[in-house]
Amino acid sequence: MNLLLSAEQQDLRAAVRSFLSNVNPRDGYDPAVYGRMNGELGLAGLVIPDEYGGAGGGISDLSVVLVETGAALLPGPFLATTLATLALLECPDKELLSGIAEGRINAALAWEDRPLVLGGMEADVLILVTGEPSLVAVEGFGREPVETIDITRGMARVSLDGATTRVLGRPSDRVHDLAMVAIAAEQLGVLRESLAAIVSYAKVRVAFGRFIGSYQGVKHKLADMHCALEQAESLVRHAAWTADAAPDELPLAAALAQAYVGRACFQAAKDSLLLHGGIGFTWEHDAHLYFKRAKSDEVLLGPPRLHRSRLAALLGLS
Amino acid sequence: MITIGHRGASYGRFSIKPGQSRSLYGSRARDYSKWALIGVTMDLAEYGRRARAWLDAHPPTGDDVAAARSYMADLYDAGYSGITWPAEWGGQGLTQAEERAFAAVARDYTLPIYVFSIGLGMCGPTLVDLGTPEQKTRHIRRLLRGEDIWCQLFSEPGAGSDVAALQTRAAEDNGEWVVNGQKVWTSVAQHADYGLLLTRTDPSVPKHRGLTMLIVDMHAPGVTVRPLKDMTGRAHFNEIFFDDVRVPADCVVGQVGEGWNAAVTTLLHERLSISSGVGMSGEKDNPTSFAALSKVADTSDPVVRDQLVELYIRSRALALFNQRLAQETKAGIFPGARGSAAKLLLAELTTFSADLAVDLVGPEALVEGHPLANALALSPALALGGGTNEIMRNIVGDRVLNLPPEPRVDKNVPFNELKVNS
Repeated sequence: MNLLLSAEQQDLRAAVRSFLSNVNPRDGYDPAVYGRMNGELGLAGLVIPDEYGGAGGGISDLSVVLVETGAALLPGPFLATTLATLALLECPDKELLSGIAEGRINAALAWEDRPLVLGGMEADVLILVTGEPSLVAVEGFGREPVETIDITRGMARVSLDGATTRVLGRPSDRVHDLAMVAIAAEQLGVLRESLAAIVSYAKVRVAFGRFIGSYQGVKHKLADMHCALEQAESLVRHAAWTADAAPDELPLAAALAQAYVGRACFQAAKDSLLLHGGIGFTWEHDAHLYFKRAKSDEVLLGPPRLHRSRLAALLGLS
Repeated sequence: MITIGHRGASYGRFSIKPGQSRSLYGSRARDYSKWALIGVTMDLAEYGRRARAWLDAHPPTGDDVAAARSYMADLYDAGYSGITWPAEWGGQGLTQAEERAFAAVARDYTLPIYVFSIGLGMCGPTLVDLGTPEQKTRHIRRLLRGEDIWCQLFSEPGAGSDVAALQTRAAEDNGEWVVNGQKVWTSVAQHADYGLLLTRTDPSVPKHRGLTMLIVDMHAPGVTVRPLKDMTGRAHFNEIFFDDVRVPADCVVGQVGEGWNAAVTTLLHERLSISSGVGMSGEKDNPTSFAALSKVADTSDPVVRDQLVELYIRSRALALFNQRLAQETKAGIFPGARGSAAKLLLAELTTFSADLAVDLVGPEALVEGHPLANALALSPALALGGGTNEIMRNIVGDRVLNLPPEPRVDKNVPFNELKVNS
């Protein structure tokens, strides 16, 4: 088992972090930013095999990127296209995968029984998981924008009436498992940045003549958040490693990561906001953006109780 | 085997493992291999095979102290005690690689060496770092061979988390030190031949500056060891009384007045040795583990299933964190104060799982002699020994997150002007 980042992954992390340092989560989807991100950095094609024009990277590489896009609250359809890409890897389609790798195509992953689709407004194609199960590429679908509390990233209410569909194949449960790992990686980034923000603030904000970080009432909460971060990071690395190297262990590792990290991420975003005091409640401050992204991510694949039920089943508890 | 103690704590279960190479046989704070004699480089796999063959051929012969001493002597003579310690003083002078190879094999065995853990994990490494050549010659080989048992005498009734507030006094008299005072939470003191004793030699300076570390003969006149019955009903540690105990001048470790630095060295080694799992029983014997409880709990109840899932999540999250720290250590990234986060999480998991286990099993779990009754009574130990949860949070906040320190009202005040516990 490998829970450490390779030298290449550390370089990737540094490059992505540096690129995203100028991104403002309130700016919304900027195709120019995505153009550079997918061109210079090749992020859209990171996990797409060479034969389709991608970099042939693994889920561990992808999770390094998603931690950073999560930490930066990158607006736009990056996660949506990534989730669709992961599904497409199960039922490869040359045209779609090479289009995504080139940055020409935005895609979104959708489930038949869920009309709210992350990234649905920006998507050129929906990758739909039906009950069969089969994976279907959908174009020409109806959609209307849905404003959610997460202003950094839009959703769409999608209708399939009159859409063109093309069956791509029969996906395994791996589609769902990989989505859980990807979202856990993003949540890890949100958690890390929520903690970093309040740690920085606690070093400069003064109350009663002292920096607030010197009070144990604050310090101990931050220490607990750090403990959660360490565990979350370990779970995400482990889940990503199983996806690449021990696929039999992926379902348990993915459910575990989602069950723990989703909760820990929202807790951290909430505690970070609260410890900022009144300023954290203002629209102007970014704390609520993290708070809202954390909650949106937590329920994106269903609330934590679903992951816990899945864990119970995988562990043979009944 | 589970033993608790305030400063000299070893934890039998859920051992924190920030690194594969750390064991009771050596220290990761310092790579003693730099003193190693360059010898024949043996293939590591072969080294491990030989170690396994030796361990197979030498099962423990008993669980008393005499059997432990005899086992330790055999272990030393076979070359498996003090693997990375300097050969000059009686160690094997080998590298972390051999150390790790042995630890990997030894994990499959229960070595009856608990009684030596304080000496091997804390006192010995402190002497190697700070002792005089005479002290090393006198003690290291005997310590490694199990001829002497060591204990560590820092905490006092009035100085627990704030150990620098200690009041045990050592006064100079005719070229010797005369010690008076009381120590507490001392593991294995009832068997100990020597102790590392932290004393106050100058009360007129601020508390961290007036301390001196001494090697004390536990058989000397005036030393009284009393077992301290804890909440489990057994005595895991002791209280020690010093009444005019005379200590020769050549027993000072480091410099007079530099005892705090010496203590920090010992505590660093302690934090590392707490992580050791060698010789301790593993997760398979833990009655509060997910594996054990999912067999006995009524899993037809969805609430019970969810409680077990919570236990599983927390156990795996910590296990993977520990594995990551171990891999980092192996890769040369020293975990430092992040080990305190792992210790804190382990302490919280231990109280959580014991609490849950008794809930799941019901009143039968509380009957005298039931493993869970013992697990519950023992569960606070980890949250107290080796630094309380509050101290761990301070360490994580101060040294990992670099948060501003709390103002210290006692920092520059002479000790004899301070408010102290009486």
